[in-house]
Amino acid sequence: MVRLEINGLPVTAEKGETILEAARFLGFPIPTLCHLDGLTPYGACRLCVVEIGEGTKAKLVASCTYPAEEGLVVRTGSSRVVHARKMVIELLLASCPQSKQVQDLASAYGVRWQRFRQEHEECILCGRCIRACKEQMMAGAIGFHGRGEKRALGTPFDKKSDVCRLCGACMYVCPACELRCTYQEPEKAICGGCANLEAPCLEKESFDDRMCFLDPCMACEIRKEVRKE
Amino acid sequence: MSDRLKSIEELRGLRDRLRLDRDPEVPTIIIPAGTCGQASGANDLIRIAKRELLAGKLTDQIHLCITGCHGFCETEPCVVIEPHGTYYPKVGIREMERIIRAIRQGKVCEELLYVDPDSGERIEKKKDIPFFRTQVRTLLSRGEKIDPIRIYHYIENDGYSALAAVLAKRDPGWVLEEVEASGLRGRGGAGFPTGLKWEMLSRQPDGRGKILVCNADEGDPGAYMDRSLLEGNPHSIIEGMIIGAFATGAEEGIVYVRDEYPLAIKHLIIALRQARDLGLLGENILGSGFSFSLDLMRGAGAFVCGEETALIQSIEGRMGEPRQRPPYPVQRGIDGKPTAINNVETWANIPVIFQAGAGSFKQTGTPGNSGTKIFSLVGKVRNTGLVEVPMGMSLGEVVYNIGGGSPGKARIKAVQTGGPSGGCIPSGKFDLPIDYDSLARAGTIMGSGGMIVMDEQTCMVDVAKYFMNFLKDESCGKCFTCRKGTQRMYEILEDISSGKGRPEQLHLLKELAEVVKDTSMCGLGQTAPNPVLSTLQYFSDEYLTHIEKKRCPAGVCKNLITYFINTKCVGCQLCAKNCPAEAISGTKKEQHLIDSGKCTKCGACKTVCKSDAVEVR
Repeated sequence: MVRLEINGLPVTAEKGETILEAARFLGFPIPTLCHLDGLTPYGACRLCVVEIGEGTKAKLVASCTYPAEEGLVVRTGSSRVVHARKMVIELLLASCPQSKQVQDLASAYGVRWQRFRQEHEECILCGRCIRACKEQMMAGAIGFHGRGEKRALGTPFDKKSDVCRLCGACMYVCPACELRCTYQEPEKAICGGCANLEAPCLEKESFDDRMCFLDPCMACEIRKEVRKE
Repeated sequence: MSDRLKSIEELRGLRDRLRLDRDPEVPTIIIPAGTCGQASGANDLIRIAKRELLAGKLTDQIHLCITGCHGFCETEPCVVIEPHGTYYPKVGIREMERIIRAIRQGKVCEELLYVDPDSGERIEKKKDIPFFRTQVRTLLSRGEKIDPIRIYHYIENDGYSALAAVLAKRDPGWVLEEVEASGLRGRGGAGFPTGLKWEMLSRQPDGRGKILVCNADEGDPGAYMDRSLLEGNPHSIIEGMIIGAFATGAEEGIVYVRDEYPLAIKHLIIALRQARDLGLLGENILGSGFSFSLDLMRGAGAFVCGEETALIQSIEGRMGEPRQRPPYPVQRGIDGKPTAINNVETWANIPVIFQAGAGSFKQTGTPGNSGTKIFSLVGKVRNTGLVEVPMGMSLGEVVYNIGGGSPGKARIKAVQTGGPSGGCIPSGKFDLPIDYDSLARAGTIMGSGGMIVMDEQTCMVDVAKYFMNFLKDESCGKCFTCRKGTQRMYEILEDISSGKGRPEQLHLLKELAEVVKDTSMCGLGQTAPNPVLSTLQYFSDEYLTHIEKKRCPAGVCKNLITYFINTKCVGCQLCAKNCPAEAISGTKKEQHLIDSGKCTKCGACKTVCKSDAVEVR
């Protein structure tokens, strides 16, 4: 057992647990996006940041990957943490407003607007699909390509995958294509409407053959309309 | 070809025999042929020197030694004549022949010597030249008289004697104590105490296979100190690593060199082979019973791989993506084994500590910052090159006394330290001592040692934009805030520099920069906002001028400037002839006119105008 302090309370955690696991077990709420129970934590979205340490040495770390260590002092809701989280949510709204998970986070944290140039990206590169494919479905058909602005995800060299079994786990766990917000107000970031007409799946041409859990996925519905014309 | 040295005595015996053969009074022509020397034409000088010496049957009377870079890049290709220490800058092909003739006659070519731009005097000896005079070239001088790919040169000049001293004492604990006592801090930029890192590695249980790594990725644009050390004296790094292995119990080592350094890679491969042949690497080194193997690994073009956990991923064959620390590499590194990663310059300091002694090493520098640091002094300064100074010397001394100040009429405005992750220090603060803590307090970092000098014609918004452009491309992209944050900061800076900036964007920029700094997992993201934050702090007036007045005071941001020909124009038509956009019209002897619609603001007209008639507004 490891003894540490969370939000001023002395608590214990199992050896090998992360701060997120320990905090959530004890009931402290910490938002996450790229984290999913059953997948190894990745630390991409930075929503789960908490403040550790004290004074000038205090810093923010991703609680999903930081181990709960003996003697650690953790604050899950300090003003520095909340300010950082709000900025992360603002950046998310600026990139992927159509995701319901992002919308929910925005309303939970009181983020009403975003001040950047509005984009509508299909993917926030959280890596959940990659980890689900590799760790739960034991296929490993997709991964990250490239770096920085050019970072994307897909199959090796974007070629048709031999190991993809069309199970749809990637779509199931995706926070961006999970449940699209259906309110139509395209100019604003909040309730930006469905601006995605392309489902971010592996093979866009044979999408009709896909075993899909999302019923109805707006992308699928809208595409059918477009196809009819 | 050469026999393995089986003991320390055999090494010392070899050194003594090599010294007997050499007469120190024989004049030696030294031609620095590092990458910059070769690019400036050193290879032609070498060819001519060899031809002349062979043709005149002079090879016994005059020796030729090809070395690595000497650091005064502004004067390359240069030639140094030892033992006198005569320095010939910017030597041309014809001049090489005259120099050799002069050596034969025991004379000096007065007309080819360095001219001090302030006094107008000719200076003969390298050590008297202002650029070199106040430097303390502990590390760089070790490579200036030896051929980097001849291990015998290195041994003759006390190479591997530090290793011999360490092995003779047979006490790894003593080695760790000495390194700790020396106060050496990591020269890669973070300044972590090297002795502490080694101690942590040595405490890891044996049998797990400890690894030492030399981080030669040197990704900072404009930094080439490590390249110079690797090209000019690869054996010093090898020696440092063998000592480190003895102290910590590591059995294998990797030198991770960026692929963009072909000469450094070539010299390292040769040096490693020579060291192995002589028995300085491999099993039972010098009969001590301790074994260490060292190999080379090439990078694949990613700046982020200079970060130690991303480097580990790269060595493991994966995408260069940093990992969460803890666990630290000394606990779990390459393939889960305890790994200590140090920068090239840190390794190069190790033989120095054991030759001079930890106490003597500590004499240079300031408390908490011992030793010297090599900086690449570049930008708007007269004497560009590699500068090695003791820690604690002030920025002003480096920029003005060693660097020679501004090359033209423009006043020096700021110095950017630490590469793209560093901040800018305004000229008003040039009395700042160069050490880890002072620089951090001023909002910048030591980094790997890049020092870019900027003058009044440098736009600080453009500087921030330039570095943000680099960082957004080089971010690995894992952390959402780093990836998106650098992109968005670049977007805002682009708006500001093109005249579309809005006042509220300044506040947003600062807020975003601070969150990126706070929430990023690795050093790249944590330091990426530094250029933005430090320019906002010290040069906010430039930002405001861009936003409120839509003007670029330094005359750089293309959307906000117009090129204009004033009444000093004599109508010589040179500008019109040189304009690539054919935007200048005018008849002979009449004031010319630039069509701002066609003008691409390349600046060619301003460069060729002899009447100083082209203005940038």
